[in-house]
Amino acid sequence: MHDFTPASAAVGGALIALSLGVMLVTTGRIAGLSGVFAGLLRVRRADRAWRAWFVGGMLAVGALFEAVRPETYDSGARVPLAVVALAGALVGAGTRLSNGCTSGHGLCGMSRASKRSIVATLTFFAAGVATATIVGRLL
Amino acid sequence: MSAAAKRAVIAVACGGLFGAGVCISGMTRPSKVLGFLDVGGAWDATLAVVMAVALAVSIATWRVVAAMRAKHATPACGDAWPEPPSRVIDARLIGGAALFGVGWGLAGFCPGPAIVSVVSGATATLVFVGAMAAAMVAIHVVERGSEDEPLG
Repeated sequence: MHDFTPASAAVGGALIALSLGVMLVTTGRIAGLSGVFAGLLRVRRADRAWRAWFVGGMLAVGALFEAVRPETYDSGARVPLAVVALAGALVGAGTRLSNGCTSGHGLCGMSRASKRSIVATLTFFAAGVATATIVGRLL
Repeated sequence: MSAAAKRAVIAVACGGLFGAGVCISGMTRPSKVLGFLDVGGAWDATLAVVMAVALAVSIATWRVVAAMRAKHATPACGDAWPEPPSRVIDARLIGGAALFGVGWGLAGFCPGPAIVSVVSGATATLVFVGAMAAAMVAIHVVERGSEDEPLG
């Protein structure tokens, strides 16, 4: 198998869920990332402070990894920039329309057996696999 | 410490944990995510391990929430426990999830890892997050006045 890294995947997956779990248990917030970020972009929303702190924490630790282990990040993309822009727009619009992304629907919702989140997760995984596989053939 | 200050400390710590999780798991590298989503090439099952472990921990989390809510009317640093999940399964949910999936499959980024990756300064990442933010704002503007439905 190509580039399979199960140990770091397990540690990272546990930390991601721990982050969502501590938010949920201590504040009652389902901190799915598309929702956290989109709420930060709503200028008139009252509860932007904790969202800004959350994203600030993400960026601070992300910057630490950039300094210590720059290979944490890819420098390029496998599709042209115009397609990357289209992809970003699809992710932004799609996660707002369906009210969640990989963390909100895929983890928080699926783990409480929400039918809505299960349907959303199966749909975006199926669309993701189909799209990436077709693009892989074209490249 | 005031309630708002406690919430800020929890949020920044949890944001940090999330950032560490996506960086360590490899999800900040679209090439790795696409190695999972593209089943036509050299397949990389890493994303499945990330999801499986994270799901197991999240299932345990909801058990903790159930135990806590039996004892306390509100969370220690919040106003309310989450509402039961919405049961609405409509074209908006499925269509939105499909659009998200297509974008994810094109670029290999979902929102969380993309936001963290902004610190790399890579042009593709900045373009992706800029377009994502613009589309989110566009949806808000089009639907101005409607409140977000509860998630999950």
